[in-house]
Amino acid sequence: MAEVRAEMVANVWQVVVAEGDPVKEGDTLVILESMKMEIPVLAEEPGTVSALAVREGVVVQEGDLIAVVS
Amino acid sequence: MYESVLVASRGEIASRIIHTVRALGLKAIAVYSEADADLPFVAEADEAILLGPAEPALSYLDVPRILEAARRTNARAIHPGCGSLAGNAAFARRVEDAGLGWVGPPPLAIARMSDRINARNLMKEAGVPVAPGVWEPVPDPGTAVQEAERIGYPVMVKAAAGAGGAMAAARDEAALRKAFETVRAAAGRSPSGGSGGGPDILLERFVERARHVGVQILGLADGTVLALGERDRSMRHGHRTMAEETPSPGVTPALRERMAAAAVRAGEAVGHRGAGTVECLVDPAAQDFFVLGMSTRLQAGHPITELVTGIDLVEQQLRIAAGEPPSFTEVAPRGHAVGLRVHAEDPVRFRPAPGEIKVWEEPVGEGIRIDAGYAEGNTVTSHYDPLLAKLCVRGETRDDTLARARAAVGAFRIEGALKTDLPFLAGLLGHPEFAAGTYDTGTVDRMRAPS
Repeated sequence: MAEVRAEMVANVWQVVVAEGDPVKEGDTLVILESMKMEIPVLAEEPGTVSALAVREGVVVQEGDLIAVVS
Repeated sequence: MYESVLVASRGEIASRIIHTVRALGLKAIAVYSEADADLPFVAEADEAILLGPAEPALSYLDVPRILEAARRTNARAIHPGCGSLAGNAAFARRVEDAGLGWVGPPPLAIARMSDRINARNLMKEAGVPVAPGVWEPVPDPGTAVQEAERIGYPVMVKAAAGAGGAMAAARDEAALRKAFETVRAAAGRSPSGGSGGGPDILLERFVERARHVGVQILGLADGTVLALGERDRSMRHGHRTMAEETPSPGVTPALRERMAAAAVRAGEAVGHRGAGTVECLVDPAAQDFFVLGMSTRLQAGHPITELVTGIDLVEQQLRIAAGEPPSFTEVAPRGHAVGLRVHAEDPVRFRPAPGEIKVWEEPVGEGIRIDAGYAEGNTVTSHYDPLLAKLCVRGETRDDTLARARAAVGAFRIEGALKTDLPFLAGLLGHPEFAAGTYDTGTVDRMRAPS
């Protein structure tokens, strides 16, 4: 199981996956936005998205949980 | 001349415009968001109006609020800075309809150049060299593959509406199919992407090891278009310029002359007035070029042109908008200049790194110009782009300029909760391709690739 966490304060621009989706290493889970940059958050290992902790439009702080891939 | 000018922008470019407005003896009016209340540009203006909360849609991009601020302060003209309002023909029309001076090209010229297909056709008719490719919207990946076989790989896939992130190169059929979907999706997310049935996709020939060079033009009040030399913006990461220089070390005098002539023809073809930049893609091996389009506004890279020509471009914009002749009689660039963009970013991963600025110490010395948007004690927020300052350096030769720039980068101290890309810029100045002047649009990505 891998917890994917935010590396910085950012807005959640787009949630690309849904709970239950299979993902490969490097797949985009969500796209964050900060300082007019789009920052894709990628799966670091293959698995299934077992939890999504964010929705579009919310602000995440550094260290906040984004998703769990198991 | 207008007695008072409202600057509809923020940060370093607002400071820079306010400086010229005040130097001309005119009243400068700033507008700002709640997040920017403590920034230097607000204090530097003669009057400042709070637009609203941090979100751009509720402050800097809220046209009714900006027009209301102009009415309340009795502004005579609006300068849109160099962001999205500057390239917005509808905003320009609203400003003119409100009886205010618009410091920019006529709305029609902006509209003509903001659509890549329209712009390309106009320039081709005027005899300007344009990119070989397909300049009708390509409806689907299958058609794109057929067309790419005709043009020859590699090809560049672009969104017609010119959305910032919406382009990708493809070297074969599989990559092209993927790029087509990526660009269409990226353009669809952008507010400027596509019309009606979705973003229109174009294909053009991709030039290997190309340089991106913009020719600064000024369309005078009497219709004459002048070329003021070029800026080489090839040192870029994605669509963000990291460094620029003039003159370009990849352009010979003969090519420079041809590019300047083409830029003037392009400006004349659209009826351009004021400051603009004709964007060219240069093939250094063939010493050839084609025109990609035109930015119908003041560009962020303008200070290095000012350093070598001695011409204040914002002053000329104001004069031209007011129907006056320029303040100079000849264009005679002298020396060399480099501009470095200092961003609030992690210098290794290029990720946004906003926060409070505890120490801000600018380098000083001959030939150094700093256009800054922040000062000690300010907090950089995540709401706006990460540009903190432009460090520009001029010298008599390229070698002098680079030596001065290296010293200046080393002496620029910005410390606090934020991070900056100053360490990356120091590395860029020492990179063999940059030092030799042989860099291209892929150099920054190669610098960043894991070794």
